[in-house]
Amino acid sequence: MSDYSVSARNLSKKFGHGHHAVQAVDGVSFDVKKGELFGLIGPDGAGKTTLFRLLTSLMVPDSGTAVVEGFDTVKDYRQIRRIIGYMPGRFSLYQDLSVEENLKFFATLFGSTVAKSYDAIKPIYRYLEPFKKRMAGRLSGGMKQKLALCCALVHAPKVLFLDEPTTGVDPVSRKEFWEMLGTLQDQGISIVASTPYMNEAVRCHRIAFVQDGKISECDTPENIRRKFPHAILAVRSRDAFSLLQDLRKFPEAHSCYSFGNYQHLYLHSEGGADGSAARLQEYLEGKGHQDIRIEPIEASIEDCFMLRMNKEGGDYGDV
Amino acid sequence: MAMFRRKALLLRERAALEVLRKGYVIEVENLTKRFGDFTAVDHISFRVKKGEIFGFIGANGAGKTTAIRMLCGLHRPTSGHGQVAGFDINTQQEDIKRHIGYMSQKFALFNDLKVWENIRLFAGIYGVEEKKIAPKTDEILERLGFTDQKNTLVGQLSLGWKQKLAFSVAILHDPEIVFLDEPTGGVDPLTRRKFWELIYEAVNRGITVFVTTHYMDEAEYCNRVCMMVDGKIEQLDSPENLRRKFGVETMEEVFTQVAKKAQRTDD
Amino acid sequence: MRQFFAFVEKEFYHIFRDKATMLIILLMPVVQVLIFGFAITTDIRNTSIAVYDQDRSEESRGLLSHITSGPYFRVEQEVQEPEEFDEIFKKGKIKVILVFPPDFSETLAENRSAQIQLITDACNPNEANIINSYIQNIAARYALSLDKGWVESVYVEPVTRMMYNPQLKSAYTFVPGVIGLVLMLICTLMTSVSMVRERELGTMESLLVAPSKPFHLIFAKTVPYFVISVFNLAVIILLSLFAFDVPIRGNFGLLAGASLTYIFTSLCLGIFISTISKTQQIAMIISLIGLMLPTVLLSGLMFPISSMPPVLQGISYILPARWFIDMARAIMIKGLGFGSIWMQWTILGGMAVVFLGASVRGFKIRLN
Repeated sequence: MSDYSVSARNLSKKFGHGHHAVQAVDGVSFDVKKGELFGLIGPDGAGKTTLFRLLTSLMVPDSGTAVVEGFDTVKDYRQIRRIIGYMPGRFSLYQDLSVEENLKFFATLFGSTVAKSYDAIKPIYRYLEPFKKRMAGRLSGGMKQKLALCCALVHAPKVLFLDEPTTGVDPVSRKEFWEMLGTLQDQGISIVASTPYMNEAVRCHRIAFVQDGKISECDTPENIRRKFPHAILAVRSRDAFSLLQDLRKFPEAHSCYSFGNYQHLYLHSEGGADGSAARLQEYLEGKGHQDIRIEPIEASIEDCFMLRMNKEGGDYGDV
Repeated sequence: MAMFRRKALLLRERAALEVLRKGYVIEVENLTKRFGDFTAVDHISFRVKKGEIFGFIGANGAGKTTAIRMLCGLHRPTSGHGQVAGFDINTQQEDIKRHIGYMSQKFALFNDLKVWENIRLFAGIYGVEEKKIAPKTDEILERLGFTDQKNTLVGQLSLGWKQKLAFSVAILHDPEIVFLDEPTGGVDPLTRRKFWELIYEAVNRGITVFVTTHYMDEAEYCNRVCMMVDGKIEQLDSPENLRRKFGVETMEEVFTQVAKKAQRTDD
Repeated sequence: MRQFFAFVEKEFYHIFRDKATMLIILLMPVVQVLIFGFAITTDIRNTSIAVYDQDRSEESRGLLSHITSGPYFRVEQEVQEPEEFDEIFKKGKIKVILVFPPDFSETLAENRSAQIQLITDACNPNEANIINSYIQNIAARYALSLDKGWVESVYVEPVTRMMYNPQLKSAYTFVPGVIGLVLMLICTLMTSVSMVRERELGTMESLLVAPSKPFHLIFAKTVPYFVISVFNLAVIILLSLFAFDVPIRGNFGLLAGASLTYIFTSLCLGIFISTISKTQQIAMIISLIGLMLPTVLLSGLMFPISSMPPVLQGISYILPARWFIDMARAIMIKGLGFGSIWMQWTILGGMAVVFLGASVRGFKIRLN
């Protein structure tokens, strides 16, 4: 057997027919190593959810194969469903059952009990235990997400598939959630997770950018950042909005986006960021900006993602 | 009777304009909402200046949604008083609804209606005069550069376009203030940024924006940020002042420190 | 097996926690029985009639007093001229005009068959038929009483004998019908909707990705509704026994057995509907319009099947309720035994097997 927990080869899936057909997943191949935390990063509608459904045996691909822990997702779906945990993008537990009842139900489904798997879920369940009598529908977003994770873990799965587990959850709960995933990692579980939050992507061992049903890049976060082709200047001044507009008109500018209180300016010239900074300072002063601060910085994952999306037409070009 | 009612409306609107002349689109004092013995919003007071971007931030369950519902005239406050768009929050809720815009990620437009049908529908809902609807529709489409897509079903648009359109619809009746409830939840970074550029454009046209978000980098884009913890306002200042006050580099860190105080994990 | 019970437990939670639906399910049979019993009754009471008596004899008075002596008819008006008939019916209150020919008593005296004319407002043909048969019945009895003296009666007016239900009480026919209707509604509608809801809420995704067995999942859905249906069945039967004096002439065990089979068939049909419906709305429309309406109209609950056009009779064959109502009437009112209902029973059972088989086969182990 291979070292891979998940292997996808040329997976494709199309919905609809003729003119309205949508190629949701388009020839996707990748491997997830055992015990790895693998991230799928991409915009809404990129095909991440369909990809998860193909990998969890919930859908049959039009072509290509996927193998999870040595089992084929089409032929051996029964075995796969025993050894994977899956947290769908939409909350899909019973809202009218309490925390405890949901957990018990899913444990029984897998032929286990809450007591038997208590050790596995304890790091997460301890947050939930005070609310165990509460109906799942009345939990907050962060709590629902923890409950869903518990239910996905209750049978001690070998692979965990998490479809946008932190969407709509506040930053503190999000952080907690990724820390919990870290503790699961220690138990040797392989995890495939998708997220729209770029700062979470850094926590993955490897990430894949998903766009229009294809994987456009797949590497470690460090390698992806290293491969960023432009020098970046982080710029701020008193009026952020007019600064952004002026930066875009700067002759050496490739493109420019807001990152919190800074604007990130991607330069055409490679390497010579120092000279550019001085020229930019002069340019901005000429435009009447005040309190200008310019710093050369390293690319973040978000920078890489932005650039890639923009290159591929982004979300505004194709109507 | 109808004439009397129209006159009364005119008087109320004139009074509202008088209130707005002080420069605040929202002024609330000791606003409180209790459900049974649970206090969702606990004596909050703040003012939103005309033309500013006011960020409203808090963990799930901090009372944000309840607060917004009171401001939009959907919940009656248990106690406290104030004005939104010049109208009294306790007595003139129907007037408030006509003078504000609202957009959330969850519900924006009808997917099974065409672009122009959506605009027409919402213009009707907001009570835009019949003869003004057609020119208004054309104006919106033109400003968005979207005239070609007039007859496209909204369901077939990309997310970015949908948001652009939803935002334009939310402000089509020229409200004093627009409430954006997590407008960018689950949206990719590029689309989010384009959306914020749209917000800035609207602000340049004089619209006041009240926005909630889970993205802390977006909190940086606000003029002032209000952080709620357990139904109370914990911090209210510009992002720069807040960062300085906590001695940290990003709003994310500010939020983490503020939210640590929370007792309530749920509501 | 533990998995199956976990499913059943969960289903009970869903039902008991939805208080509003629960209340409707439990009250519906009572309300239905009362509505059919009192409001939509097909019994004739206090019907206004008019009399055009051209004979004015002792005999005509005698028959009239016979007709009005019961609780059914009241003479509202005496008619002087046939020209008035139209006006009378237009007013709408009077349903029937009784016309005695001038030679009524004479003919009777000659021991010949005397005739009276019934002019009936047939706007509601059902009602008109019932009124006619009531009066015919009374007239026939009157004729018999007259005949006592004569040994060779020449009275030939046809006598309709109302078998099993001599008072023509409609309660007798509607109770089996209401049982059929209520059980169909609860079993089919509720199960189909609850199954489709899982798909709509996304919980099906969680179930599918777990090693859950389709048969467990499907079968567990039917258990709580089976229990509730049995309870409702008992309520309806008790109510009809005590409030409407409907007898159970046949074997009670047989009735129970036939009802349980019918409940099971309806549940299977509900599950089958859920496998072919994409949304709760579709499931509801299929159950209500596609099933309830034909059940009310075509199963023999309201109108006799034998008087329907062949196409509708054909449709009635595929309605489970038709076979059940047949059986229930046979057992409750005619007091018949298994020998005369085995065919209906077998058909119901066969339907259940077909629906269940199709559902288990049609159950999708994947999302689509």
